[in-house]
Amino acid sequence: MSEWESVIGLEIHAQLATRSKIFSGASTAFGAAPNTQACAVDLGLPGVLPVLNREAVTMAIRFGVAIDAEIDHHSVFARKNYFYPDLPKGYQISQYELPIVGKGHLYISPAEGELKEVGITRAHLEEDAGKSIHDQFPEQSAIDLNRAGTPLLEIVSEPDMRSAKEAVAYARKIHSLVRYLEICDGNMQEGSFRCDANVSVRRKGEQKLGTRAELKNINSFRFLERAINIEIERQIDLIEDGGSVVQETRLYDSERDETRSMRSKEEANDYRYFPDPDLLPVAITDEDIAHIRASLPELPEQKKQRYIDELGLSDYNAELLTANRETASYFETALAEIPEQNAQLANWILGDLAGALNKANLDIADSPITPQMLAQLISRISDDTISGKIAKEVFEAMWHGKGDADGIIEARGLKQITDSGAIESLIDAVIAANPEQVEQFRAGKDKVLGFFVGQVMKQSQGKANPGQVNAILREKLKP
Amino acid sequence: MTSSVTEIRRALAAGEFSSVEITQDYLARIAQHNPALNCFISVTDDIALAQARAADAALARGKAGALTGVPLAHKDLFCTDGVKTSCGSRILDNFIAPYDATVIENFRRDGAVMLGKTNMDEFAMGSSNENSWYGSVANPWNTAHVPGGSSGGSAAAVAAGLAPGATGTDTGGSIRQPAALCGVTGIKPTYGRVSRYGMIAYGSSLDQGGPFARSAEDCALLLQTMSGFDRRDSTSAEQAVPDYCGALGKGIEGLKIGLPKEYFAEGLDDSIATVIETAVAELRKLGAEIKDISLPNTSLSIPTYYVIAMAECSSNLSRFDGVRFGYRCDNPVDLEDLYKRSRGEGFGAEVKRRIMIGTYALSAGYYDAYYLKAQQLRRMIKQDFQQAFDSVDLILGPTTPETAFKLGAKTDDPVSMYLQDIYTISLNLAGLPGMSLPAGFIDGLPVGMQLIGNYFDEAVLLNAAHSYQQVSDWHLQTPEAFK
Repeated sequence: MSEWESVIGLEIHAQLATRSKIFSGASTAFGAAPNTQACAVDLGLPGVLPVLNREAVTMAIRFGVAIDAEIDHHSVFARKNYFYPDLPKGYQISQYELPIVGKGHLYISPAEGELKEVGITRAHLEEDAGKSIHDQFPEQSAIDLNRAGTPLLEIVSEPDMRSAKEAVAYARKIHSLVRYLEICDGNMQEGSFRCDANVSVRRKGEQKLGTRAELKNINSFRFLERAINIEIERQIDLIEDGGSVVQETRLYDSERDETRSMRSKEEANDYRYFPDPDLLPVAITDEDIAHIRASLPELPEQKKQRYIDELGLSDYNAELLTANRETASYFETALAEIPEQNAQLANWILGDLAGALNKANLDIADSPITPQMLAQLISRISDDTISGKIAKEVFEAMWHGKGDADGIIEARGLKQITDSGAIESLIDAVIAANPEQVEQFRAGKDKVLGFFVGQVMKQSQGKANPGQVNAILREKLKP
Repeated sequence: MTSSVTEIRRALAAGEFSSVEITQDYLARIAQHNPALNCFISVTDDIALAQARAADAALARGKAGALTGVPLAHKDLFCTDGVKTSCGSRILDNFIAPYDATVIENFRRDGAVMLGKTNMDEFAMGSSNENSWYGSVANPWNTAHVPGGSSGGSAAAVAAGLAPGATGTDTGGSIRQPAALCGVTGIKPTYGRVSRYGMIAYGSSLDQGGPFARSAEDCALLLQTMSGFDRRDSTSAEQAVPDYCGALGKGIEGLKIGLPKEYFAEGLDDSIATVIETAVAELRKLGAEIKDISLPNTSLSIPTYYVIAMAECSSNLSRFDGVRFGYRCDNPVDLEDLYKRSRGEGFGAEVKRRIMIGTYALSAGYYDAYYLKAQQLRRMIKQDFQQAFDSVDLILGPTTPETAFKLGAKTDDPVSMYLQDIYTISLNLAGLPGMSLPAGFIDGLPVGMQLIGNYFDEAVLLNAAHSYQQVSDWHLQTPEAFK
């Protein structure tokens, strides 16, 4: 296995979050009754003409600016010709030469401390096709053209990834970026964010690329990793058995956990691209680009750097907090309440909160604990109202909808005991009850102190201030 | 009946007859003559009469628009809401358009009455109207001859007085050539002047709608209604439309007219050359300055055109696949069979020929040699005109190399058919406006003279044509059988 190197490039289709379609005024909303969101233009009726939705161009440029890409002053739409029942015009309006977004790049962090640059060859605008439905009518296929004409940004990477893990890190990065930019909702289940992977293998040291297979039909990051790994294995096995990889499109079947051939290069269409005479070249001025650049939100890289430089967070925590827009926004909302406690806040978000969300399969935006609630909890630790241990209990209660931290502390009487008189009497009782351990400690067995602390905390139901307990115990146990 | 659009407007305004009356007259003429000419694919009597009644009501209220009550015919390539729009093809024989083309909408807005939809070469591919699923159209001047194409039905209908005006479309000469062959006046405007929305596409970068009528004055009226920016057509020009009728009557004193030597070279019928030279002499008498010019890349226009038009049509016609509308073959066994037989049975031979050639020209490995090369040549042809317009205001020549040929004479020789468009086709490649107007007769068949203008100079063209028509009566002639 180690003598092989895999080479992976991704083609990502991000559905742009425009209200209307790329070449018609029909709505792009998901889930409407079949063919209710397809107008004459989407149906490809005789005589209709496309009119470009300029918002889609703006969104594509937002992406281009964010990946530091070349953006040409003019861009051309081309027709990609092929026959398919859910492609109403018999061609898809796409881009071939002169895409909106040219060469760009971004950085991925496939593992802690690793940073890798990935090149982006281009990103172009195109219209989506409709949907063929094969399982609703016996012996007949149905077509729903609601999706036809939905704007897509196809983002093509260089073959820079060397493992499934890197490919997933890249896909996640793009996913995060398009959501930061508010140009795509990133919903993989609804197909708003789709990944195709070009996978080939070669012996290490080899310069020439191996023959690649294109994997399609991947609708989650987990499946992306899985599909690439089994495809890599398949190709290596094939070559080691004396065979050779053929250039083809393969479908990933998540139920059977396999990839299988969809069409080979020989059967591949000659798409006969040519500039669409119905659409004028898109003119993009430096002013347009500057305007869009100025309107960009703080991007993940910039945010991460700011968290490191200004908040003193670790590289790793900063990376995780900025990995998606919602997490960063949660962090920043809570931080506004407790500006001094950024390290504790980061730990709570990436630790207990992330764990709970993960377990419940919830997005951070849907967390039952709001940023304000978490901030309050953390301030109760820092002002010594509760201990860290009690805080976990309060967190649990908040998670289950029992109210905010102050309310729970009050209702359950969890306020920390800081009255030294009260603590002393607890300690006196514990010392009196355990003469044997007192002897041991006085004989030099320091470890026994932990036993006493534990006993006192237990007696206080965890509410005694652990620092005070420690100090008073040491004093009282002195021979 | 030789009524013109101008005359009908005047008479309607003066209350000499009603729109219903004149509409009924035309419908009666259509019923009488269409069996011999086959100009119409659909006659929309009910719609026509309803629109005529509405027009009369509007006239009575003093709310008349520019064309209120004027009956017109439309090429069956413009989508008309609720009316069959066949494009001359079997594949759309069952297609009832669910919307109006912008041009149709404009005529509705201005109050015009629709008599019916006219015959045409299938998908506007042809120069003789012999490629129609609905049969060929006869030339009113001699029914053994073709009317020209592809807008043959519209040209013949106007020539025979079955409509005072009609719409057409021109991709390589499809307005001007039938206008010439039928002895009527027709104008193809600058690309972008008239919206293409709702015009079933043949060659999208070349297609342009325009009117046929008996005179330049009538054409000015109809073009006024047809023209204007349309946000539904990205290639339509966002440019104000001048008052075309107001531009008439200014005379042509000092107008510089260029005669391209390539348009009078080998291939042109001598007697046509003589007719054109006579007309040029008339124009000189009116004060025009005549100059010899050259359009050196003229001979490249036919091959350039056929690569581009066929490439575009191969893609434009992909939507006719038997899936959503139009003809579908019986009992398809699978998807491929559905496609192959629906298209194989639905399209005629010329359409298939052009789709195949266009598909070939766009194929991997041939694209550079054909499509890209053709685009380069297209730029050169355009430059020829741009240079010429540095020194002249108008260019003049014959519209066609010969008069209307006999039905069937060229059906087995597509290349000879394609050469019919030698003088008209380069304008479409350059996007320039051009018009054809009657300039004489040879053996009882009309001869057309072509005027070519600079971009958006339709008013200059119409004024020059109108000036000529003030001193000539070729455009007033009517074929004996249709008087």
